[in-house]
Amino acid sequence: MSDMDLREDIKTMDQPETFAFSPENQAEVAAIVAKYPQGRQRSAVMPLLDMAQRQSSGWLPRAAMDHVAELLGMPPVRVYEVATFYTMYNLKPVGRLHVQICTNVPCWLRGAPEIVRAAQDVLGVAFGQTTEDGAATLTEVECLGACANAPVMQVNDDLYEDLTYDTAKAVLEALLKGETPPIAGSQAGRRGACPCHGATTLKDLAGDYVAQDSVKESAKPKAKAKTAKSAEAGKETT
Amino acid sequence: MPKLTIDGLDVDVPAGTSVLQAAEQLGIEIPRFCYHERLPVAANCRMCLVEIEKMPKPVASCAMPVSEGMVVKTQSDVALQARKDVMELLLINHPLDCPICDQGGECDLQDQAVAYGKGRGRYTDDKRTVTEKNLGPLVKTAMTRCIHCTRCVRFLTEIAGVPELGMMNRGEHAEITTYVEKALTSELSGNIVDLCPVGALTSKPYAFTARPWELKKTESIDVLDAVGCAIRVDTRGNQVMRVLPRLNEDVNEEWLGDKSRHACDGLLKRRLDTPYVRRNGHLQAVSWPEAFAAIKERLSDLPGAAIAAIAGDLADAESMFALKQLMFALGSPNLDCRQDGAALDPKVSASYRFNTSIAGIEEADALLIVGSNPRIEAPVLNARIRKRYLKGDFKIAHIGTKADLTYPVQHLGEDVSVFQAIVDGTHPFFETLKSAARPMIILGMGALSRDDGARILGAARHVSEKAGLVVDGWNGFNVLHTAAARVGGMELGFVPGPNGLDTQGILAAARRGDVQAVWLLGADQIETNSLDRAFVIYQGHHGDVGAQVADVILPGAAYTEKSGTYLNTEGRVQRTRRAVFPPGEAREDWKIIRAVSEALDHTLPFDTLESLRAALETAIPSFAVLDVATPGVWGDFGENGALDSGLGALGSAISNYYMTDPISRASPTMARCTLEIGDHVKADARTGTNG
Amino acid sequence: MLRDEDRIYTNLYGFQPWALKAAKKRGDWDGTKAILDKGRDWIVGEMKAAALRGRGGAGFSAGLKWSFMPKGEGPLPHYLVVNADEGEPGTCKDRDVLRFEPHKLVEGCLIAGFAIGAHTAYIYVRGEYHNEAKVLQAAIDEAYDAGLLGPNACKSGWAMDVYIHRGMGAYICGEESALIQSLEGKKGQPRSKPPFPAGVGVWGCPTTVNNVETIADVATILRRGAAWFAGLGPDNNNGTKIFCISGHVETPCNVEEELGISLKELLKKHAGGVRGGWDNLLAVIPGGASTPMIPKDVCDDVRMDFDSLRNVRSGLGTAAVIVMDTSTDLVAAITRLARFYMHESCGQCTPCREGTGWLWRTMVRMEKGEASVSEIDQLLEVTRQIEGHTICALGDAAAWPIQGLFRHFRPEVEKRIAARRADAKHRAA
Repeated sequence: MSDMDLREDIKTMDQPETFAFSPENQAEVAAIVAKYPQGRQRSAVMPLLDMAQRQSSGWLPRAAMDHVAELLGMPPVRVYEVATFYTMYNLKPVGRLHVQICTNVPCWLRGAPEIVRAAQDVLGVAFGQTTEDGAATLTEVECLGACANAPVMQVNDDLYEDLTYDTAKAVLEALLKGETPPIAGSQAGRRGACPCHGATTLKDLAGDYVAQDSVKESAKPKAKAKTAKSAEAGKETT
Repeated sequence: MPKLTIDGLDVDVPAGTSVLQAAEQLGIEIPRFCYHERLPVAANCRMCLVEIEKMPKPVASCAMPVSEGMVVKTQSDVALQARKDVMELLLINHPLDCPICDQGGECDLQDQAVAYGKGRGRYTDDKRTVTEKNLGPLVKTAMTRCIHCTRCVRFLTEIAGVPELGMMNRGEHAEITTYVEKALTSELSGNIVDLCPVGALTSKPYAFTARPWELKKTESIDVLDAVGCAIRVDTRGNQVMRVLPRLNEDVNEEWLGDKSRHACDGLLKRRLDTPYVRRNGHLQAVSWPEAFAAIKERLSDLPGAAIAAIAGDLADAESMFALKQLMFALGSPNLDCRQDGAALDPKVSASYRFNTSIAGIEEADALLIVGSNPRIEAPVLNARIRKRYLKGDFKIAHIGTKADLTYPVQHLGEDVSVFQAIVDGTHPFFETLKSAARPMIILGMGALSRDDGARILGAARHVSEKAGLVVDGWNGFNVLHTAAARVGGMELGFVPGPNGLDTQGILAAARRGDVQAVWLLGADQIETNSLDRAFVIYQGHHGDVGAQVADVILPGAAYTEKSGTYLNTEGRVQRTRRAVFPPGEAREDWKIIRAVSEALDHTLPFDTLESLRAALETAIPSFAVLDVATPGVWGDFGENGALDSGLGALGSAISNYYMTDPISRASPTMARCTLEIGDHVKADARTGTNG
Repeated sequence: MLRDEDRIYTNLYGFQPWALKAAKKRGDWDGTKAILDKGRDWIVGEMKAAALRGRGGAGFSAGLKWSFMPKGEGPLPHYLVVNADEGEPGTCKDRDVLRFEPHKLVEGCLIAGFAIGAHTAYIYVRGEYHNEAKVLQAAIDEAYDAGLLGPNACKSGWAMDVYIHRGMGAYICGEESALIQSLEGKKGQPRSKPPFPAGVGVWGCPTTVNNVETIADVATILRRGAAWFAGLGPDNNNGTKIFCISGHVETPCNVEEELGISLKELLKKHAGGVRGGWDNLLAVIPGGASTPMIPKDVCDDVRMDFDSLRNVRSGLGTAAVIVMDTSTDLVAAITRLARFYMHESCGQCTPCREGTGWLWRTMVRMEKGEASVSEIDQLLEVTRQIEGHTICALGDAAAWPIQGLFRHFRPEVEKRIAARRADAKHRAA
């Protein structure tokens, strides 16, 4: 069987000695912790580990786990438990592109094996492996939650949908070359999970179509200091 | 009180009781692996499934609270089938390597498989194998046998407060591990071996040395700290193979510290198994009569004032009583059982006892620890403090060397001046104590063995009275001893008689030549250089420091080799039982003293243990009351006067938990612990309480 | 077919912007204050009357669930937790609510929070929905900026905060108590019940966990009235539901339809029908991976609602319809699902930790025809050894697809085993 996870025996790993959040990320720590009630800072362990992983080129060194444990006043072993439980924490280095292909039934029914073949052809590696130049890691994953747009492939944070062998190959080749990446989402040109020959419902609204795929810069999440805890304050006034 | 029916029997139990506990009250045993009455409920093994009417599925009885009118069936087809189903699943990946498993014969899985197992496995695929984990020198792993009950994880997290084990990964890859492959640093780690229901965690030092059915089991008392934990000594032939805890709710519940459990291999090393006499500067093995003759030759001309005796930390009350009688007969008032010079006051029993009692800790609501690190001085007692902490609303402050005590404390400082401020009522913690309903103080030997120990003792009495620590029905004044012999010695008056010298006085007089003969009853932690000029009789079981300076060695018996009375730090009178015989020529200690008395023509008036004990009980009636802790009698004790910051920080009396006495110093296992775990950094403020 | 004016999710395909202005145009945040002004009891009563059954899979009455929360302000805060850990294979509806209709969810959080006495809501979004979570966060920020959330949400006097907590890859966190554990910063291992979350939920406080679609339905239901919602669909299976249609259909899609629509109509109208025509249909997994498959003859006239599917020994689940035509190796499909459940087992309790691997390994042999016929009964026995014996429903979910396969297609598997044997004999000869 292929192991879907990037688990690794910690002893065999080259681990960095230390880890510290970058100043920008360090500043973010308080805002993340503030989302949870006082004394419940442990709840922030998952977002902090995620932030640490993003800072560490996509994988989570042990030193980062220890750092997060210390920040949150948690026993390190509780952090290790979390880091080893959730599959999105990569416990060994991954390539610049983390190519994750769903092979679960809805994707499989619509040709996931072809997507796997495309990825293997482009990257020259099997599941669980990283290309020699460190450009990409290929991982088999479970359902990505885009089944009506199967088969799908996630590269880092972006989901590529309605893939064929050719479109999957094109996406990966462009990403590898560092070209302007294809627009994430359906590679068959449809909107969301609307039937691809056109909507069967809500047809009137389709005419108003205004693209607003992602969050505009201006609408990006702000530091939540402003909104965090407003309920606490509000309780007193109500 | 909900009323329910279990297997047709009615039972009333308090709300919140689990079905499993309710069944237990009826004497109905429901099989379980993960459930343990002292641990948080996990409900993960699914072995305790029962049928409950009106519930669609079998229910884990350990996690199901009772409710009014519930009808529970523990023996129905549904319940029995569910357990068989679970048992098969537990076994498909279990190696079934019972013939080479140290748990064999005392394995819950083995026992339950007899009741619920199939004769034949249906799982034909390869079984899972799991790599062994390094958990340090005490706990051996065979993780392929693990059934993931998480008792070990829950024990270390909750009871020990040293959360170093966890379950990593998930699904069938789930593994119990530290993840970082380091030795467990809890002083209570050995308990996870007892808790493990299978052979995944076994005792590393005991590995492959015996099968449980070959062992003779002797119920006894531990003496390697002053808690007096109930133990079971397992022996084969004349060898102690292992030491396990026994249940004593008042003292150790069912836990035991790692030293008390694992120092037993020290009983085989460096033993004094024949008398010795120093001739021409060299110790020579001799017969008992020759040893007695050497003593008689040296002592017969000496006046009583030139003779002295110091009792060590492992001495039993009987031998101290006999030696005291002998010293009296020889006219010597120079005797002391406080080899560390602790300023304990023999006149007032409450001044040297743990008056609150160990179980009483659970009633307290504020605690001040002064000059003690209970985690390493008395790990089991420390677990009781942690247990109380977990119940909430317990304010704990610590004055002494900063350490991770396994629960959060307000660390007030290291200097006596902080204590002085509390005594003066100028420190806010004084108010905390005063406003508490059941405040307590724990005074350690790190405080009392200082030169200003008597004044610290006096100050502690003062604050106890001022802040209401000692009131009707509550005595919050506690001394935490580190020596099993100490309270017994104090109680029977193994202290200087009129114009007698204490330990420091004896050593000084020996240096001057005023004291010319010193009897060390297992006393090893004294300034032995002071005894260069004196004639030293060393009576004990190990060739430790004391024996090296001896002129005559009288080989005695270790605690597993005699029936001896010990008073724990509470003043609880308990007895060891003989599990094996002393090696070679070694003898029970009171008998040696009796024999010497005869050789010196001062024959002591008892020749059996019973008659000795009768005499002891006549002299000190409290020795007749076994196994209970009664608070001491309050009175005036300690000295007034300024505490001396110049004496440095208030530390612990112990620096290395694993080596504190002749037995543990001789133990190869304790040596390994010292090396691999060592005096690990207790100052690390991170505790399990954060998790 | 459901009329467009009866659809809740008018931007299900994202033809319009998700943002506040467009959302308001679609009717979101219209008269929210007036709804809140009617009070907690009215809202809970209306929800019960609407007979909205939870959209996350279990189908428990949402109004009833809310009514389990303690009344009034106790010593402990109440929490609303929204389950956006969508991970049931076949299911992708919440994703589109998050990215195209986030304001329906945010408004629902305010109303539901108010109704259960919670000032704080956490939306637990599966980690893979990174971009979706960004959209949702932006929508939350907009709502704060417009005073729709915050200390005086919608000028109702009710303080409401909404936060996102992202998962990191664990299907099991879709189970409500595992989700709570995860929100507390722990491994997602389900808790024993009782106690139920309404009594002891996140951080030990009373908590209601609802699916995204359930909460996003709320505002529209209350605006249009319980009677409107209850008037749709058969009794006890009321209202509309987003169906996710995947697999061997011409046009896989998400679509909001009335509960009780026939499967045949659903596939024909919205998904272009089964690839190669209805007669090319082999079987359908009607409600996400954990619901047992139903063969074509059942599909012919089954209706898509909770009770109808239960009556054919399957379930509506998340209404994720996975269509498999005659080209499908059903044994391979179920083997893949068995691997999924093994991979996603949290490992906490014995039957699931040990049993899911056993199931998968046996299924691998079934797929290849290498098993023996007698192993089929043994396999089914093992599914029953897991089913009903675990802390959470993942054990059941692992058992059901296999049971479904053999309920309807046992002869096919037996044939495959026989063929393999014959082949082996032939080669040996």
